[in-house]
Amino acid sequence: MALLVSLGHRLLHVVGLLLAVLILNFALIHLAPGDPAEVIAGTMGGVTEEVLAEIRRAYGLDQPFHVQLLTYLGRIAQGDLGYSYYFNLPVVQLIAERVLPTLLLVLSALILSVVLGTFLGVLTARKPESGFSHLITLFSLAGNSAPVFWTGIVLLILFASVWPIFPVTGMQSAIREPGFLAAALDILHHLVLPMLTLAIIYLAQYSRLSRASMLDVLGSDYIRTARAKGLSERKVIFKHALRNAVLPVITMAGLQFGNMFAGAVLVETVFNWPGMGRLAFESILRRDSPTILGILFFSALIVVIANLLTDLAYRLVDPRIKLK
Amino acid sequence: MTTVNLNPAGLEPAAAEICPPGREAWRMFRRNIAAVAGLVMLCTIVLVCVLGPVVFPVDPFEIVWAPLTPPGESEYLFGTDYLGRDVLAGIVYGGKATLVVGITAALLSVVIGVTIGALAGYHGGWVDSLMMRITEFFQVLPALLLAMALITLFSPTLTTITVAIGIVSWPAVARLARAEFLRIKQLEFVRAARAISASDARIILRVILPNALPPLIVMAALNTGTAILFEAGLSFLGLGDPSQMSWGMMIGSNRDYILSAWWPVTLPGIAIFLTVLSISLIGDGLNDAFNPKLRER
Repeated sequence: MALLVSLGHRLLHVVGLLLAVLILNFALIHLAPGDPAEVIAGTMGGVTEEVLAEIRRAYGLDQPFHVQLLTYLGRIAQGDLGYSYYFNLPVVQLIAERVLPTLLLVLSALILSVVLGTFLGVLTARKPESGFSHLITLFSLAGNSAPVFWTGIVLLILFASVWPIFPVTGMQSAIREPGFLAAALDILHHLVLPMLTLAIIYLAQYSRLSRASMLDVLGSDYIRTARAKGLSERKVIFKHALRNAVLPVITMAGLQFGNMFAGAVLVETVFNWPGMGRLAFESILRRDSPTILGILFFSALIVVIANLLTDLAYRLVDPRIKLK
Repeated sequence: MTTVNLNPAGLEPAAAEICPPGREAWRMFRRNIAAVAGLVMLCTIVLVCVLGPVVFPVDPFEIVWAPLTPPGESEYLFGTDYLGRDVLAGIVYGGKATLVVGITAALLSVVIGVTIGALAGYHGGWVDSLMMRITEFFQVLPALLLAMALITLFSPTLTTITVAIGIVSWPAVARLARAEFLRIKQLEFVRAARAISASDARIILRVILPNALPPLIVMAALNTGTAILFEAGLSFLGLGDPSQMSWGMMIGSNRDYILSAWWPVTLPGIAIFLTVLSISLIGDGLNDAFNPKLRER
């Protein structure tokens, strides 16, 4: 029951946050220089007067301010994120077409960096002063300092040009072999480089975090107890210590998922990956404001949902905070 | 090693010599080879970006040689880009925009973050919950996309870009400042200040803030690195100020030619990498220097 009440509170909170994002979107349209109707149409003056009149009517731009806001929110509530005059499609449809590639890219990079990062963190925490440990620290520092788009380009130069074992751009080859397996392998082949680019950045963070967290846990009393009762080192590390050390990693992965989803813009642009980030880039180039504002709202939605799920997962993993 | 004795009456001469915290931190910082290397590297980069344009007054946008000439095959040391512009001149001139935007945006994020965090942590109650709601709202917004939207809707000038980066990067500062203020306001010297009826503004600015500074300085350093990466990313996407040469813009405009020419994208990238790396090293060094637990080593 307490869990349900707390869940209800969280949901209310989420709705409030999303409402705030929408109000910000609305404010941006009105604060931007120029006619709001032109901002909504989102082109550099290429829209006909009829279209502008249609937008003014549809969005009630001749009405008082609060009526306009309510009209806007009403449209969003019906699942209408606006219409892209550049792509000539509803924004919702545009986003829907691009969600899956981004999801594939972000999830695979996240899983790779979390698993490998935790593993490296545990390894280095066991011997914090070893040469390998310093190497990992150095690597994570470098990974954090390199611009992600540049890492991607360097990987492209190395593995698509100097030693061409991976395709240059896109998600699928132009000439496709029939069959599901061939298609899946083709996508996987295209996925490797963008996934690695994204994973390198996050790998640095996860190895640092899990190292710190593991060092913290290894100093606690229950680990000494586990060792005292004569458990093997492997059992102490992987069964007792890791369970607690992994909690901050899970939190960070959950919180980061949403931001990664939005931050894939640069990687998707470098690799011409047909995802939401690339769509954001394309719509920016064309000053297609309904699309970019729609993506902004959709990304905030993803962040909020990811945070909510992280919270729930945390409750499942850590029984200590069940009734909070 | 010179140390200042804070004991004016000259009593207890045998007691351990006490340093002012700033000097103590500097002493620790100097011992950290990586951090000093970072500082030297950053100073060099800043010097090159500030003095370079004075010593070599050229136009980085000028076409000087055949397009995509590799390094070493002409008088232009780093070769030329896809239009035939000097890559070295671009790197020397391109750092200024990146550094100015990065540092100003980081300062802006610290000012906003400390203001919000200090108000929340000091006052508590409804002020705290309101400030934290605002912070949470900005944390939910995807930073890069918000900055992109702001720059698209308004014009891509250096000011817009700086403000956009500042607006998206303050929430972490606010959380840290709030936690520090919550911790420090319980301490005795703050209660003492209150007992002599010091004003709220005085307690926040003169009593608590100086004691909350060390972690905030570390965060400011890290934020500068992030802001530089941010600026580079935006310029790479073509959202930078088109009239200013910048490292990100060089990479972005040459990226269609990477399969035939590696230098116009790789070299500016190394410049960004070294700048951010040196700032991270300094940040790590400051973090250790301010940590009293590490001092005795």
